[in-house]
Formats: sequence, structure tokens, C-alpha cells
Amino acid sequence: MKKIKFKLSRIFTIYIPIIIFLIFLLFPFYWTFVTSIKPERELYSGVITYWPKDINFESYKKLFISFNFLKPMTNSLIVAASTTIISLTVSLFAAYAFSRYKFKGKKYLMGIFLTNNMFPTVLLLIPLYAIMRNIGILYTPFALMLSYTTFTIPFSIWLLSGYLRDLPISLEEAAMIDGATRAQAFIKIVFPVLAPCIVATGAYVFMTSWNEYVFAVMFTNEASRTIPVALKNLIGQLGVEWGMLTAGGIITIIPVCIMFFFAQKRLTQGLTAGAVKG
Amino acid sequence: MQRKKIDLTPYLLISPALIIFLAVVFLPAINAILMSFQSYDLRRPSRIGFIGLDNYIAIFNDSLFWQSLWKTFLWVTFGVGFQFILGFVLALLLHKKFFGRGFVRSVSLIPWVTPGVLIGLMWRWIYDGNYGVLNDILLKFGIIQEKIPFLAQQATAFPSVILTIIWQGIPFFALMILAGLQGIPTELYDAADVDGANGFQKLVRITIPMLKNTIYVSTLLRIIWVANSVDVIFNMTGGGPAYSTQTLSVYVFNKGNALNLGYASTMSIILTLILLVVAILYFRNIFSSEEE
Repeated sequence: MKKIKFKLSRIFTIYIPIIIFLIFLLFPFYWTFVTSIKPERELYSGVITYWPKDINFESYKKLFISFNFLKPMTNSLIVAASTTIISLTVSLFAAYAFSRYKFKGKKYLMGIFLTNNMFPTVLLLIPLYAIMRNIGILYTPFALMLSYTTFTIPFSIWLLSGYLRDLPISLEEAAMIDGATRAQAFIKIVFPVLAPCIVATGAYVFMTSWNEYVFAVMFTNEASRTIPVALKNLIGQLGVEWGMLTAGGIITIIPVCIMFFFAQKRLTQGLTAGAVKG
Repeated sequence: MQRKKIDLTPYLLISPALIIFLAVVFLPAINAILMSFQSYDLRRPSRIGFIGLDNYIAIFNDSLFWQSLWKTFLWVTFGVGFQFILGFVLALLLHKKFFGRGFVRSVSLIPWVTPGVLIGLMWRWIYDGNYGVLNDILLKFGIIQEKIPFLAQQATAFPSVILTIIWQGIPFFALMILAGLQGIPTELYDAADVDGANGFQKLVRITIPMLKNTIYVSTLLRIIWVANSVDVIFNMTGGGPAYSTQTLSVYVFNKGNALNLGYASTMSIILTLILLVVAILYFRNIFSSEEE
């Protein structure tokens, strides 16, 4: 009797609330997917179906053939991948310095990188637009790569120095006593342990660059536009192409979700470490 | 006399990141300040030049600016407020042991990694006045008698976009608070059990005080974030109808898109100054914990 009561209370206090949360959080994705595989006549028939009567991938076909979605996908990939490589390289050096050296002005230098939380995107957007226009890289992939480093570099430094601080220094010191240089100690001992954390940081940088819209819409044109801008462009003067738009949405989030699930553990550890202590 | 040699290595290691950062953040920020004192409208290139405080005066007299500021306040208060409450509840749930917990923890974070544009567009489709699924659900349950054009009328547009930003922010809070919950030593709860405390007492006396710093830092970060958010609103309503969903960030973005860069810069500086209050609180927290 007591056991049944316990089970019932678990259903009401845990399972039902969880299910409500999951429905609220995931329904928009379900709906996007269902919309993307409906034939057009079913979409605008006036009767809403919660699962398509006949499944059809017309929207996906149209997206790639008549809208040429592969072009913005390639652009996004180029921008996101280059931003990730640049950010990780320079941030790794800086994070190593912050976590392994004591030096004058360390606190202030670290502070400079943290100030980026303070600047609204729109504050940097306008002058960056003017600057890029003047030096002639507006509408090229470089414009986006550079503007994305405004948030990816500080973020990577913060995350990577957190991971590095958690690694015991003793192993490196032991190697250096045995005659290894600092660089050798880093490559042979720190790097292999740190690699998963670097991957997680990289995944986050990639995701944010892949998802970014505000800079992308002002700094790209027809030829260089990235996925988020292309999605928005499916809203035309004659209305919205919901079939193609939802198909594009599904294609956009698949790589992000895959990366996120792989990087999730390290990433959430690193992200929450700063806020949780104390 | 020999001076102590300063090791330059750390400075060299930091310099590439620092140089890029100064070039793409500080230089533009200074530029924004300079532009705010100029008439800088790319559609009127002949008039580009310094005009002193004219932009600031014009903004002070711009009723749309004040309205956007008020909207920003509501947007942040209700957006972050409900993100926090619902995120907290979700974190408490995810902290309990149940079947499939790992999976639920992962998938409930998906809204957080979804592009803002897509969020805006997905919800725009859900809210659609003719073919929207929300209308259909509400009709079927008898909650409404006729379809509501949620994003097309002033009364419902703003609450609708706020619901969307709440949806987006729940996972972030849940993630942060869950990590905080995992750091609370279980002995505290055991001791409370011995003393006969009930669930609510444990929540108020142990959980919330232990999570104080986590809540504080994540709320500050979120306030800055939500106040700056442009993509969700812009892709749902563009700030309309009749500017009813136009926050200050969206207003700046619209002015920037209209190529009135001087006016847009001035407003973005005012926004930055307002957010500075929040940022200073955040920095104080970061620096005080850095010293420990």
C-alpha cells in the first residue's frame, strides 16, 4: 500500500512535470519537422494535421534545387570552421599564460577579455560595419570571421583557462625537471589531457558562429550570406515559404545537435564552473 | 646593479588574442563613441560630420526611444524572471533520480543551442493567425472561440515574443542551477531530515542559500544577454506591429539597417551605459572570486 502511494506521488511530482516540460521545450521542433515533410496542399488546406497524411520531401528538394541552399551552407561552414580555428589557436596561448604564469597586470588583462560581456552586439555592429566598409572586406567571409572573434576569443580564453587550472601542474613540473622544455611539456603532457576540452570549446565556438544572425545579416550579400540569413530570406514579399523554411531549419540544427551531444559533458562542466563556485 | 629580469613569455602568449580583441572590440567601441557625436547617415553622405550633442538631444526627445526603453525593461523583467523560475523548477526535477534522466537532461538543452533566427521563425509559424498550430490547439480545447492573429495585433504580440524568449532561456538556467545543486553536500539534507524539516523548508533554508552565487551570476549574465537579443524579435515581428515589440536593441538594429549609423550608435551607447550597472555587479563578483 505504501509502495503504491510512493509510486503515485513520484508520477505526479516527477514524471508528469517532466513530460510537460519536454512537450513545451520540444514541441516547436516536432512541429517544424512535421511541417517540413508535409505536401504544400496539406500545409495550407485549413485543416491542421498533427502527422502528415502523406509524407513528402518536396520541400527539401525545392530548397536545394530552386533555392540553392548548399551555397549558404558552404558559406556557413567556411566561416564557422575558420572562426573556430583562429579562436582556439590564439585563445589556447592566452589561456596557458593566464593559468600557468604569474605576471604583472594579469588581473587587468583577464578583465579586458571579460569586458566583452558588457558590450551589446549592436554597439559593435555599427562601427564594425563602417570599418569593414572602409577597408573593403564588407560582404566577404573575413568580415564575419573577424566580428565573431569579438565574442568567441574571450569566451574560449575563459573556458580554456578554467580547464587548464583544473589540471595538476605537478606532471608538467616533473617533466621539466627531467629536462623537457615548457613547450615539450605542454605538447607531450598537457595537450593529450586537454584535447577533449579543446574539442568542447571548439564545438561551442562553431555552434555560436553557425547560429549567428545579427552580424551576418549586415555583413553579407547574396553571394556570401550564411544559413541564418538565407532562412530569413525565405520570407519573401509574397509571403513565407513555410515548407522550405522548416526544411532549412531542420537541416541547420542537425549538425549543431550532433556536435552538442558529443561536447555536452565537458562543455557544461566548463560553463558552469565559473558560476557555481563560492 | 642588476635588475630582476621580467619574463616576457606570458605577454607574448597573450598578445595575439589581445591584438585581435583590441582591434575588433575596443577600436569599434571608441568609434561608436565618436560616431555618436556625428551626423553619420550613409544615405546622406554629404552631411557626415561632427554635430556635438545633437544626436543625444534628438534621442531625448524621441518618444519612440522612451517607448523602446520601457519595452526593454518589460522584456528583461518578464523574460529573465520566468526563465529563472521555470529553469529552477526544471533543474530541481532533473536533479531527482528517474528513468531516462541522462537523455532528458540532454534533449531539454536543445532550445539553448538553436539559432535565434530559427527560434523566431519556428514560433512565428506556431503563432500564425491562419495556419498556426497554437490557434488550433486552443480552439480544440475550447480556450478560445476564434483564431487570434497573435503577432499581428498589438495586445498579443509582445506577450507572444516574451513567451518565446522564456522558452529559449529555460535550459540555460536549468543547466546552471543543476550544476549548483550537484555541488550541495548531501549531509546538509540528511541533517535537516533528522531535524524533521519538510521539503519546502529544505528548499528555502538549504537549497536557495547554497545556490545564491549561481543564481546571482547566471541572472546577471542573462539580463545582459536578453537585453541585447535582437534576432528573436526581429525575425518574429521586426519590432511591430506599431513598434509594440521594439526593444532598444531592435530599435538600434532597425536604425542601423536604415543606415543612420550616427543615431544608432548614440542609442547603443545609451544602452551600454544602462547595462553597465549590471556589468559592474558581474565584474565585482568575478574579481572577488578570482582572488580567492
